[in-house]
Amino acid sequence: MSEAILEAYAVTAGYVPDLPILRDVSVTVQPGQITLIIGPNGAGKSTLIKAIAGLLPVSGGHITFAGRDITGIRTDQLSAHGIAYVPQTDNIFRSLTIRQNLDLALRRAGSEAAARMGLLFDQFPALAAKQRDKAGTLSGGQRQFLAIAMALATGPRLILMDEPSAGLSPKAAQEVLEHARALTARGVSILLVEQNVNQALRLADHCFILAEGRNQIDGPAEDLRDNKVVGEIYLGNRRVGAA
Amino acid sequence: MIGVISYLVFFATTASILAIAVLGLNLQWGNTGLFNGGVVAFFGAGAYGTLILGGTAQTGHLGGYGVIYPLALLGGMAMAGLMAWIVGLLTLRLRHDYLAIATFGVAVAFENLMRNAEWLAGGAKGVRGFERPLRAALGDGFVYNLFFFAVVLLVLIATYVFLQRLVVSPFGRLLRAIREDEEAAQSLGKNPARVRLVAFVTGSVILGLAGGLYGTFYAFVSPQDVLPTLTFQIWAMLIVGGAGNNRGAIFGAFLIWGAWTASGWALSRFAPVEVQLYTGSVQFILIGSVIVGMLMWRPQGFLPERLVVSHKGTTQTE
Repeated sequence: MSEAILEAYAVTAGYVPDLPILRDVSVTVQPGQITLIIGPNGAGKSTLIKAIAGLLPVSGGHITFAGRDITGIRTDQLSAHGIAYVPQTDNIFRSLTIRQNLDLALRRAGSEAAARMGLLFDQFPALAAKQRDKAGTLSGGQRQFLAIAMALATGPRLILMDEPSAGLSPKAAQEVLEHARALTARGVSILLVEQNVNQALRLADHCFILAEGRNQIDGPAEDLRDNKVVGEIYLGNRRVGAA
Repeated sequence: MIGVISYLVFFATTASILAIAVLGLNLQWGNTGLFNGGVVAFFGAGAYGTLILGGTAQTGHLGGYGVIYPLALLGGMAMAGLMAWIVGLLTLRLRHDYLAIATFGVAVAFENLMRNAEWLAGGAKGVRGFERPLRAALGDGFVYNLFFFAVVLLVLIATYVFLQRLVVSPFGRLLRAIREDEEAAQSLGKNPARVRLVAFVTGSVILGLAGGLYGTFYAFVSPQDVLPTLTFQIWAMLIVGGAGNNRGAIFGAFLIWGAWTASGWALSRFAPVEVQLYTGSVQFILIGSVIVGMLMWRPQGFLPERLVVSHKGTTQTE
């Protein structure tokens, strides 16, 4: 296996000092792969992605990206390192047009901005057709596509996605996840938090399962897909720690 | 007749000065979502700064630097901006309600400092000895007031044009993006803390400009001019006019100042003598009722923020 592009090692983090949600959680993301994080509600999935994204303080452990320590780096500085973060909700600016949303994301692209805007519209034709409409008029699935397009506009090597299929119809969720899969063919790595386990496991390369803020199991996604223990932990039929 | 015109000029000058202040607050709250509860501190910094820098020498407090008027006004604006920068560095990480409380505290501290530090700005007696620019040529009467109104009107128009251009610029769009969702803006590599600080300082400089013109108009400023009442009035103007809309900010300033002065006139003319003793309090109740009514039935104000998408895909804010 090649060297991991992202490595979170023994991360302890939470919303309130001295009250960690995550305890010694470790995950790795391989280049050009989708790494999936799943677990029951309250497992700490979103907390982990927010800690990696610099939105929560990390009180223990460390996070490296492409061999460089990024522990504690502010969210707004991560994009310069090649990491984009797509929040679960409120990930677009509704009062701005689609083009203006992308403009904001392309501010650092300088003279390449127009060309990259064109490439993004080629990639997301539904957005191109509505580029002058306010983003608030988009459907749920289109909003997620816009959020992903904005993340791509920053030129990332890794995208952190927090439940991109949340609140979407099964068809729209499938389209969003398949688009995430297509991005890996372009060399982009993805760390994906999902509740939509069955669909996500079919698309992911590797999966980590968290419960109660700790690592439980990890392995290739296809191995975990039919694993009974995974279902038991995920569905809460088995006491955590007995796995 | 000349008396009525003279009064209208006086009214329009004060309303225009207040409209400039409301535009400054609109940049902070309407466009960026910063709840500045200490508006009067920055307005006061501009007024005190202008008069201290441009006034004649006074015994017992700072002043008499003889700075020419435009530079004195710029100095007052710079003082408001410097104060906003320091306050902003300390408070802008706070959420709306906490930011409002913190900035309100700054305004109370400012008023108390001006009231008690006689060596600084004359204490309760205020700053006197300011010679209004071109007074020697134009005198103190109607002609001067008309001239000063024209100057204030030009400054108001210039401020409006500047802010209109700002809100449709990429920076203006970034302000609205941060107002809508700070986390999403951060994920795109934007630094909300720095952007909010720039907006807070810029808005406060505009408040300082309004304060400087106010001090110039009255050639005097005292702690009575920097009471929390003024913060309350300026907020009322923005809420009633329409936060996020610069035209609404100006409209609200004229409407509320008109209502304020009309209610004072009506009370003095028609109310029983025993009620006239409480004119100020009754005015507060009336204006407070207007704010509550607006927030309940038309919270977006008379001229709400309206984003119009042009055929070229650019967004104009009205």
